[in-house]
Amino acid sequence: MSALSVAGDPHRPARKSSVDRRDFIRVCTLALAAVGIPFSAAAEIAQAVVKKKLKPSVIWLHFQECTGCTESLLRTSHPAVSELILDLVSLDYCETLLAAAGHQAEAVLKAAMKENAGKYVCVIEGAIPTKDDGIYCMIGGRTALEIVNDVAKDAGAIIAIGSCASWGGIPSADPNPTGATGAPMVLKGKTVVTIPGCPANPYNLLGTVLQYATYGTLPELDEKGRPKFAYGRTIHEHCPRRAHFDAGRFAERFGDEGHRLGYCLYKLGCKGPATHANCSTLHFGEVVDAWPIGLGHPCFGCTEQTLGFRVALHDTVDIERPTGPDTYPPIQARVGRVSPIATGVAGLVGGALLGAGVMASRKLDREPPDEVTGTGKES
Amino acid sequence: MGVNRRALLKSVVATGAAVAAGTAPAVARTRRTAPPDALGMLYDTTRCIGCKACVVACAQANDLTPDTDYFAGLYQAPTDLNGQTKNVIKLYSEGPRRSYVKAQCMHCVDPACTNACMLGALKKKEHGIVAYDASLCVGCRYCQMACPFNVPKFEWKKRAPKIVKCELCRHRSVGASLSTTGGFSRYPKGKGPACCEVCPREAVVYGTREELLGEARRRMKEYPDRYVPKIYGETDGGGTQVLYLSHVPFDKIGLPTLSDRAVPDQQRTIQHGIYQGFIAPIALYGVLGAVLWRNRRKSAVEGDAAEKGGES
Amino acid sequence: MSARSEALGGPIVTRPFRVLALLFGAGAALILWRLFAGLGATTALSDGYPWGLWIAFDVVTGTALACGGYAMAILVYVMNKGKYHPLVRSAILTSALGYTMAGMSVVLDLGRPWQVWKVPVYFWSWNLNSALLEVALCIMAYVGVLWIELSPAFLERWKNGPEGKLQSFSAKAYRIINRYLIWIIALGMLLPTMHQSSLGSLILLTGPKLHPLWQTPILPLLFLISCIAMGYAAVVFESSLSTLFFHRRRDTEMLAGLSTAMLPVLGAFLLLRIGDLLVRGKLGLAFVPNRFAAAFWLEIALTVAPLFLLAGREARRAPGNLFRAAMLMMLAGGLYRFNTYLVAYRPGDDIHYFPTVPEFVITVGLVALEIIGYVVIVKLFPILSGGAPVEVPVRSRRER
Repeated sequence: MSALSVAGDPHRPARKSSVDRRDFIRVCTLALAAVGIPFSAAAEIAQAVVKKKLKPSVIWLHFQECTGCTESLLRTSHPAVSELILDLVSLDYCETLLAAAGHQAEAVLKAAMKENAGKYVCVIEGAIPTKDDGIYCMIGGRTALEIVNDVAKDAGAIIAIGSCASWGGIPSADPNPTGATGAPMVLKGKTVVTIPGCPANPYNLLGTVLQYATYGTLPELDEKGRPKFAYGRTIHEHCPRRAHFDAGRFAERFGDEGHRLGYCLYKLGCKGPATHANCSTLHFGEVVDAWPIGLGHPCFGCTEQTLGFRVALHDTVDIERPTGPDTYPPIQARVGRVSPIATGVAGLVGGALLGAGVMASRKLDREPPDEVTGTGKES
Repeated sequence: MGVNRRALLKSVVATGAAVAAGTAPAVARTRRTAPPDALGMLYDTTRCIGCKACVVACAQANDLTPDTDYFAGLYQAPTDLNGQTKNVIKLYSEGPRRSYVKAQCMHCVDPACTNACMLGALKKKEHGIVAYDASLCVGCRYCQMACPFNVPKFEWKKRAPKIVKCELCRHRSVGASLSTTGGFSRYPKGKGPACCEVCPREAVVYGTREELLGEARRRMKEYPDRYVPKIYGETDGGGTQVLYLSHVPFDKIGLPTLSDRAVPDQQRTIQHGIYQGFIAPIALYGVLGAVLWRNRRKSAVEGDAAEKGGES
Repeated sequence: MSARSEALGGPIVTRPFRVLALLFGAGAALILWRLFAGLGATTALSDGYPWGLWIAFDVVTGTALACGGYAMAILVYVMNKGKYHPLVRSAILTSALGYTMAGMSVVLDLGRPWQVWKVPVYFWSWNLNSALLEVALCIMAYVGVLWIELSPAFLERWKNGPEGKLQSFSAKAYRIINRYLIWIIALGMLLPTMHQSSLGSLILLTGPKLHPLWQTPILPLLFLISCIAMGYAAVVFESSLSTLFFHRRRDTEMLAGLSTAMLPVLGAFLLLRIGDLLVRGKLGLAFVPNRFAAAFWLEIALTVAPLFLLAGREARRAPGNLFRAAMLMMLAGGLYRFNTYLVAYRPGDDIHYFPTVPEFVITVGLVALEIIGYVVIVKLFPILSGGAPVEVPVRSRRER
């Protein structure tokens, strides 16, 4: 069961079960800090793990995915994935990292499910095809539909990581030939935590898993099952380039002056104003500014089903929950403009009328003088 | 003809006398004062940091739709009050001199807009607040012409447009009562003007006009070098219920220089002078009728009647 | 009196009629668009300039140009100059049409026109301080009075027509109206006195927003005087055009007399205008080189020019000259009104207004409708007087 190996981590060799307490607390603290749970909880986690031997079992399913979310997880260091899977959770089944294969792997899955029934965390990565009874993704002779329904049945918590598992992701883009869909749509009636993103930010997953591991509860979710601590704001509401947006400084074309000065990318099609995610504060790959806008490309809304892989990359979007910007009108602003066309028309009409009047008066001039005086005399 | 000329002259003099008589009492013009429970606001430019929380709070409290015109290339950045903006912060910047200024209805003691409005859609209601009732509004926009502060704005884009302006959040204070807090008459939180409640620096505060005047005078006394030595709105244009203290000249921050005479006073005096009790019109009508009656015997009207009498 | 009114007769649908109908058609289409799309979409009106072409021209200038009936009534019925009587009916017709068009423009300009019925009805809500209320009620009443004053022309034709309900009704109504005609005419003089001066009071309320070269307590008086001058000028204008287009007898003698009457009115206006500026110490502003001074001097020039044109007795007998003087007077009065309501109204720096093409087209369309109305009514009903068309004696032509 513990025949697990880890993809080579040069900084931290794989360790076995004995844990240095101080290191362990440090790991927990770092993990908690990343996702906003107070540091005091570190002691609680340590207690939980050591005393209650509470290392929740995690069963990680892969379906129509690119494994990007797993790869993203592998690049964390707070904690490193090695610390995660060795010290904090028990990753009992994960096709990417599993040393075993074939029937052995299937046996591992079955055993883990049986041993931890009702308590294991089911993590789903990848979309689930539903067309033609879901034959477009089959593992070990079973369709993804069958697998997910089977595993989710006795899970203590279900987490869908990545946009594919959350709502269908890339496989679900038009024309969606396989009927790819997200886990919540398949597992109707069950609480599915969704962590959308392409890839998802691994710390969002870590925070959720750690909370479950420590307190047995899930974080507060929105109506789409997304943890509010990560998806409660749009990118726009916490974007480092927001001041540029408010001041009206935009990049108009890639490589222009504005783009080089790091101006707002809204006009280039940034979906930030309509995309709920926390990429702006939690960058990827442990590298500062390693996220689309930080690198100079507009956000494309990968977490949102209505935007990611649906709306053209460089189409602009409406702003959700707009608020007053940080700029000031002058004491007297310019109002109205004089239209040259209207002026021209007015001039023409006025001139025509005046001209007509002058012509009429000339005509009256040419009339012969009255021979007979007007009718007034007869009064 | 000569007789008639005399008659006309007599009638003109008579009418003129009536008009003059009508004007006489109005010449001693009455100055309207603020009601004793008049509520107002005091805005201090030296305290404002331009955070615009008041702009946002006003939009939320009044359920205003966001301004989506790209003024100056920006989103929801009104350049002035408009059909979706009842409160705005503007910036005065000239060399080293800078000041923010909050712009909204001044709730004048004797407003030009209420004087202009045909059916009283704009009217001073409780606490002297200048309130708007769309059911009496025909959208003539005379109030916009009349207001010296250019406050009332019109919903030009709507098919059933209304006049839009600050009403001191009177819709929030329905049923609530004032109590004295820290020297000011205040409603419970959430019932008073939203801008005042949200201001983080108390740059704009509300209370009765008397309390605010007292506070303004206190500040000017305590910091004589800080302010321009005048409380704008104390007597300007007949007095306003929204008062301003500023560290830069008032005309620079968009507050027009007005005399102490109420803005509508001159027009009202003339109007009343002429139409007082409708005496002059009726008198004139009587005179005209009398003259025509006299002339009736002359050929003009006779010929008229003969002609009308209908030769076929 | 030998000069009696008769229907002009002749075909209704002529080429000019078709042109006017086309213009009105264009205007009508844009009116529909304005009603559908709202003011913001069709006009250049803004919070900076809430009143624009339709108020300044259609209402304020239009009603002044339609003061022909008022001016003629003063001359004929009060000053008892019966010889001008033949001009009265057509003047009343022009007034009735002009005020009706102004009324239509007002309703078009209103943002919430479905509530306009409340203005005359909700007397408990009346704000008696409002000059606009006075203008509105007065104009509403005056339009009615004008059409009643004009009704004898219609009733004459109908009561002399074939037997029937219309004929008997017309005969009865004719008698009733004639009996009270004096009081109707008197009302037709009271009402314009009231509202034309109130049009001046209206803009008086804008206080400091009106440039001091125009802002004065005597605005009501100035508006009243200028409207009388414009009324006479309109009568000369309309009568001259009738002569040209309908080949009616020339009323040169009467028009000369009218023009003579205009001179003291113009003089009074100039005196009051300049005198007022002197008394208030604002005349100096007319010499500051800016657009206000330019507008002021243009106004003065247009007002003074007719005085020169009409200086001599012979000059007052030349039809072309009379017509030009009348045009100048109408322009002078119109410019005065445009200046007070638009040019001299300064809500702030950097605020601009110029009417849009739809605003112009609608105005032109309504004027076209007015002209159509005039032409149709004078052809069908006894409005114009002057008997047979002008027959120039052959002798005088050959002798030239």
